[in-house]
Amino acid sequence: MGRADGWIWLGAALVLAGVVAAAAPRALAPFDPVAQETAQRLRPPLWRDAAGRLRVLGTDHLGRDILSRVVHGARVSLVIALVAVAIAGTLGMAFGLGAGYFRGWVDDVVMRAADVLLALPFILLAIALVAVLGPSVGTIIGVLGVTGWVATARVVRAQTLSLRARDFVAAARGMGAGHGRILFRHLLPNTLGPATVIAALEVGRMILLESALSFLSLGAPPPTPTWGGMLADGRVYLSGAWWLATFPGLAILLTVLGVNLVADRLRERLDPKLAL
Amino acid sequence: MGRYLLRRLAHAGLVLVGVSAVVFGLLQLSGDPAALLLPPDVAADELLRFRRALGFDDPLPVRFGRFLRGAVVGDFGQSLRHGEPAMGLVLERMPATAALALAAMALALGAAVPLGVAAAVRRGSWFDRAAMGAALVGQSMPVFWVGIMLILLFAVWWRWLPAFGTGTPAHLVLPAVTLAGFLVARIARVTRAGMVEALGDDYVRTARAKGLTEAAVVWKHALKNAALPLVTIIGLDLGSLLGGAVITETLFAWPGVGRLAVQAIANRDFPVVQAAVFAFGTIFVAVNLLVDLCYVVLDPRVRAA
Repeated sequence: MGRADGWIWLGAALVLAGVVAAAAPRALAPFDPVAQETAQRLRPPLWRDAAGRLRVLGTDHLGRDILSRVVHGARVSLVIALVAVAIAGTLGMAFGLGAGYFRGWVDDVVMRAADVLLALPFILLAIALVAVLGPSVGTIIGVLGVTGWVATARVVRAQTLSLRARDFVAAARGMGAGHGRILFRHLLPNTLGPATVIAALEVGRMILLESALSFLSLGAPPPTPTWGGMLADGRVYLSGAWWLATFPGLAILLTVLGVNLVADRLRERLDPKLAL
Repeated sequence: MGRYLLRRLAHAGLVLVGVSAVVFGLLQLSGDPAALLLPPDVAADELLRFRRALGFDDPLPVRFGRFLRGAVVGDFGQSLRHGEPAMGLVLERMPATAALALAAMALALGAAVPLGVAAAVRRGSWFDRAAMGAALVGQSMPVFWVGIMLILLFAVWWRWLPAFGTGTPAHLVLPAVTLAGFLVARIARVTRAGMVEALGDDYVRTARAKGLTEAAVVWKHALKNAALPLVTIIGLDLGSLLGGAVITETLFAWPGVGRLAVQAIANRDFPVVQAAVFAFGTIFVAVNLLVDLCYVVLDPRVRAA
């Protein structure tokens, strides 16, 4: 993959589009995403109303403009995914470094905890946690962040295990460096490459998880437009109005695809040997 | 060999204790687990009686000990909604989930393995690039959207297949294809990676040198060796397969454990949620134990280690 350089540009363009939509939705969206117009319910894509306004992707069952809602939906998805990955990545780095460097009981505790998290269907755990704690953007970020560190921890641990046996670590220790200095100055910088690749892949996974949660109405509460929530609405009107469910799904697909294309390229550049 | 087996069993047991701890902790997180187990409009004195009768006032370790003893025999208490044992409800739905997961896995393997092998054999060709590009797109699609689009095409527009429910084999088609689509991309990529590595190995050169047909080299010698990491990945991905089943079952109203769990969460029927999460965790641990044991049988090098 990726030998053709065009793909990385496609990926970067898709990611950029998502970021711009999340950062400045009002600049891109033609209408207010929560404004309901009962006279304009369930209009098909490319509909021009009596006032001459064009509904590029049509309107939903409450007469809200779908393009505007798709654009505004980017914010919730990207903010949740990025913050969750930042939390999960930091935890994963800390756990992985600690487990690989100190070995012994630290290693045992971290790896067994990772095994337990791996054994539970992540989405079911997330649904249950969000349901117990109450759905809000903060809860979702917390749940995804605190449970999503396993991949990073495993990769960082493996990297740390092989690094700690290397001469430069022995040399640092010989010159009197303590655990803290060895961990932060010598080991941490050398694990950043693989950790970045994992983080990039995890952003895509987190967007998918967030949309699954909001699809099951455990996402950011309405009227905040979320891609998963729009899909859930669209499913009800599937037989009469295909555009309700189609476009938010396309938005998820294109955003995640962009992230994955960039992540794939990062892997080739930073760590070609890293397993999928 | 015996020691390895013992160590693996002990490890599996430990992970299950951890799974129980998570399942137990789920209720504690809400602050008052007793309140979650009763209807929301319950009177205060009844709540108090309930707490005392079920020992909710005992210290946490005592309650966890009691929970573990129950978990060992599959006792998670009664469903608040159905008034039946929670684990019984879960086991009742298990065959439907198993049928869906196995059908999806069979479909996914049938599509992904030939795809991955062909891509590896023609490494760098347009076919390889197209197949791996398609796999990347596949990995980027939300399961529930794929399902909705399949319903739109095959049930709403063309009316070839039922959109949801059960009853006939036709009802299994859309959910199984949806869930399989989720697996195809990953299996194809792993197969390709394993085959690329296997095809570069010495024994493949030997096999070619002794005059075997290319088909025999690829499908017998190389694929056999590429299959081992594939089995591991499938075992480790079982968690996401069951997770995908949760969403697929909900979408297609398929009467499996995943849908039961989602409904139980919506009804705040927590004993059933606990039983379902625990059951999925146990299946994951058991299957991966089995995968490890297969390794021992198939690969003598593991036995020595």
